[in-house]
Amino acid sequence: MTDAKISIATTSLAGCFGCHMSFLDMDERLVTLLEHVEFNRSPLTDIKHCGPCDIGLVEGGLCNAENVQVLREFRANCKILVAVGACAINGGVPAMRNYFDLHECLEEVYLNGIGVNNPQIPNDVELPLLLDKVRPLSDVVRVDYYLPGCPPSADDFLQLLGPLLEGKQPIFPRNTFHYD
Amino acid sequence: MNPCIQAPTNSASPHLLHILYALQQQYRHISAESINQVAASLDLPVSQVAAVVEFYAFFSREPCGRYHLLLSNCTSCGYLAGDTNLLLALSQRMGVNPGKTRADGLVSLGETSCIGLCDQGAALLVNSVPLVARDLDRVEQMAQLITTETPLAHWPDEWFCIQNRIPKPGLLLQHRWDAGAGLRAALLCGVTETLARIQQSGLRGRGGAGFNTGTKWQSCLAAPGAAHYVICNADEGEPGTFKDRVLLQHHADTMVEGMTLCAFVIGAEKGFVYLRGEYRYLLPHLQAVLAQRRQSGLLGACILGQREFNFDIELVVGAGAYICGEESALIESLEGKPGIPRVRPPFPVTQGYLGQPTVVNNVETFIAAAHIACRGSAWFAAVGTAASTGSKILSISGDCQSPGIYEYPFGVCVQQVLDDCGADQVQAVQVGGPSGTLLGKDAFNRALGFEDLSTGGSFLIFGQQRDLLTVNRNFARFFAHESCGFCTPCRVGTQLLKNGLDKIIEGNATPADVDEITRLGLLVNHRSHCGLGQTAANHLLQGLAHFPAAVTQRLTQADFTPQFDLDAALEAARQITQRDDADAHLDN
Amino acid sequence: MQKTNPTIHVDGQEIPFKVGQTIMDAALAAKVYIPHLCHYPGLTPHGNCKLCMVDIGNKNVTACTTAAVAGQQIRNNTETLNAARKTVTQMLFIEGDHICPSCEKTGNCKLQAMAYYLGMLDNHFPQFYPRREMDASHATILLDRSRCILCDLCVRASREVDGKNVFAIAGRSTNAHLIVNSPSGKLGDSNIQTDDLAAHICPVGAILIKEQGYDVPIGQRIYDQQTIRDVGLNEAIPEKQGNHHD
Repeated sequence: MTDAKISIATTSLAGCFGCHMSFLDMDERLVTLLEHVEFNRSPLTDIKHCGPCDIGLVEGGLCNAENVQVLREFRANCKILVAVGACAINGGVPAMRNYFDLHECLEEVYLNGIGVNNPQIPNDVELPLLLDKVRPLSDVVRVDYYLPGCPPSADDFLQLLGPLLEGKQPIFPRNTFHYD
Repeated sequence: MNPCIQAPTNSASPHLLHILYALQQQYRHISAESINQVAASLDLPVSQVAAVVEFYAFFSREPCGRYHLLLSNCTSCGYLAGDTNLLLALSQRMGVNPGKTRADGLVSLGETSCIGLCDQGAALLVNSVPLVARDLDRVEQMAQLITTETPLAHWPDEWFCIQNRIPKPGLLLQHRWDAGAGLRAALLCGVTETLARIQQSGLRGRGGAGFNTGTKWQSCLAAPGAAHYVICNADEGEPGTFKDRVLLQHHADTMVEGMTLCAFVIGAEKGFVYLRGEYRYLLPHLQAVLAQRRQSGLLGACILGQREFNFDIELVVGAGAYICGEESALIESLEGKPGIPRVRPPFPVTQGYLGQPTVVNNVETFIAAAHIACRGSAWFAAVGTAASTGSKILSISGDCQSPGIYEYPFGVCVQQVLDDCGADQVQAVQVGGPSGTLLGKDAFNRALGFEDLSTGGSFLIFGQQRDLLTVNRNFARFFAHESCGFCTPCRVGTQLLKNGLDKIIEGNATPADVDEITRLGLLVNHRSHCGLGQTAANHLLQGLAHFPAAVTQRLTQADFTPQFDLDAALEAARQITQRDDADAHLDN
Repeated sequence: MQKTNPTIHVDGQEIPFKVGQTIMDAALAAKVYIPHLCHYPGLTPHGNCKLCMVDIGNKNVTACTTAAVAGQQIRNNTETLNAARKTVTQMLFIEGDHICPSCEKTGNCKLQAMAYYLGMLDNHFPQFYPRREMDASHATILLDRSRCILCDLCVRASREVDGKNVFAIAGRSTNAHLIVNSPSGKLGDSNIQTDDLAAHICPVGAILIKEQGYDVPIGQRIYDQQTIRDVGLNEAIPEKQGNHHD
């Protein structure tokens, strides 16, 4: 055994950061975790690009080109990639737009919606371009593990990370995981 | 004049399918109002009529064009059978996309599963009348006739002329048939002896499954019921099969006699011929055959003067559903419902049409039974093999010099058949259609028969130049389209198999995707409700086993590839925002 | 000595049955769980979901439609079968709109509970995202077809228990969809009532009673407390039903 810490990167793509909030719900157990873990790219560190890591935790699905690029960066750098939460696993709530055409969605939001001033669909090149459908991570990269929940609880995160930290397969007790 | 242009009258039979067909012809679609009216007039639930309209491919809720063109997508009579994509050509020429009706209502275009013209070349249905499209020249002429709104009746007769080729008649097809001979023989020897002849002949069902015909008739005879029924399954829908088309054209009298013999044995007074919608043009001929037999005392009341021998036949025409070739789905369809296979057991011999004992046999089986009744079981059993007596009529098409109908004693080997029809440079043969068996060269010594290669008669030949994976994709699309939707593994699984093959053909698949499609294929085959799903992955699994290179040469070396085209997924947003900068694209 | 009942064996356990019972009937009576979604004891079995697949020798059958026959050796709770059941459950998930966090039925949904029971962590297959018509025309009942799994339970409940005929399944292949038996095809024009079994039997969130979706908070719902096995072993159509005629 070495004393080297396990490096973890996290990101939220087309999600709500709820999974990250839930991760922080570990509260004081975070302190113990940090004895074994260091964070690479993450909203917790403000590191902008993912370097080589042991574990990548990705919250949210893919709704635009930037999401795809970030996910690919994670896949290229993380030995183990985990799809965290409903959106990462099947698109989740953002994927509800998949039952409409993209132009219908944009017109409703930016042109025809109630209370819209100066109606125009944003087309600035700084803005990530939208995919026609919101996709789960597994449609674009190989995903090693799935952590369901909306959000997964702090306990779920610990159950996942515990065995992973010891280089073992995670076990999901059937009585704890949920999709909502 | 071509008889098929006129809509056949069948007013004696207000079958739901016939009423809906008439509405479809008249109004080019079946409206909600029509559905309500039909439901009221037949005293059926609105939902039943609506469910039937939405189940069968030849009915539509949205208006079709005044010229409604459905091109076969079979590997032999489909729009890709020749050098040119005729669907694409027609689409461009007529200015209408496949699956759509042109804004002016003149023309609509679409695909349909095999229409049984595999020996004729690329073919289509024009307002449900079959026509051999042949080549680009004819398609251009058709387009002109449509543009000028020339009635179908004034289109060249020879386009509708379907010339049957029987290069090799055998046991059944070489004999001249003497109408009534089988019945007279049966009346002389009685029910028990007639049944015994069928049993001793070893005759097995010619649809492919090969259930013993004598046993079936015996079980039906023994089953208690208020009435017994005889059904002839003339719904041959397996791509590549067209033998029933030829048999119905030239041997319908023998078939009806076989049905009447069955009625004599099991004590039925009513029978049905369930004719596939693609063969509707044969209806006037079949009606004439029935009328002639009634006139001759061979059908109807007091057959051959026997006071207690009453049997008549109703013709019911399907409306585009492969699944109705499955006997219990066929019965559901006869009962005016969507063609969803029943849970079996109970089998039709005990609970069939209207819950009563029913025999369902193939056209060819009834013809064989009629011959057996007059020529004896020994005559029949002398031909073929011990487990597969008699002959098999094959529909041969694909890459050979002489497609057509070939009749062989059972036991003939595949290579013999290939030699006879002028097929050399053969890469593979699909015996029994997409649901059957794919054979490579090393298996051409195998024999046709229930003990080795069971077949309903479809015999598709693929030459060296064919891309077998494209054939697989064609079959996968067929099953996905024809799945009745009842059970999960088939409804969803056939769709996933189709998508998986698309990914391989597009060159985006990895070895893991192939493992995945294999696992899926096994599940669909093992866990589906009926024969459609249980055979839907055969072609793929056998293709992977016998022709692995067709797949491996298309795989990428990547360990993972996306499930969709990433850059194409940005196209809608690019159009909306009118962006085309570097960030508006993704590598796949 | 009493005459012994005929028996079947499910995963080696001997289970008595009465002639005429299906494998499912006999198993449930003996408190042996065979996963099922489209089956509800008391309604005519249909066999469409295929969750109740079991193996007998080298044959596989649906337990809900197959008669129990003395001496059958049935495999049910095996790794192979549960893996196949998980795949079938994933197929049902990807075929429709099953985004649990956005569905009122979450926690009370049998499809979700089945996925929990089978340890399903992801949908595995790319999703189909079907467009199916929503019907909010009825005052108290909502029909969201995008969540329908075509189990036919509402069809049978309406016919067999409610004495009506409100629903049917139309179309084929992945175009199969639930339709309503009314002149307009709308639920509001049908004779369904809020207390009909057909309005309540939907295993997923396709047929919902309006304005009740969040009476019970998420986390305190049926399958938050119990497994589908616990529930499935103890449910059947109550005897008194079958009297709604209007």
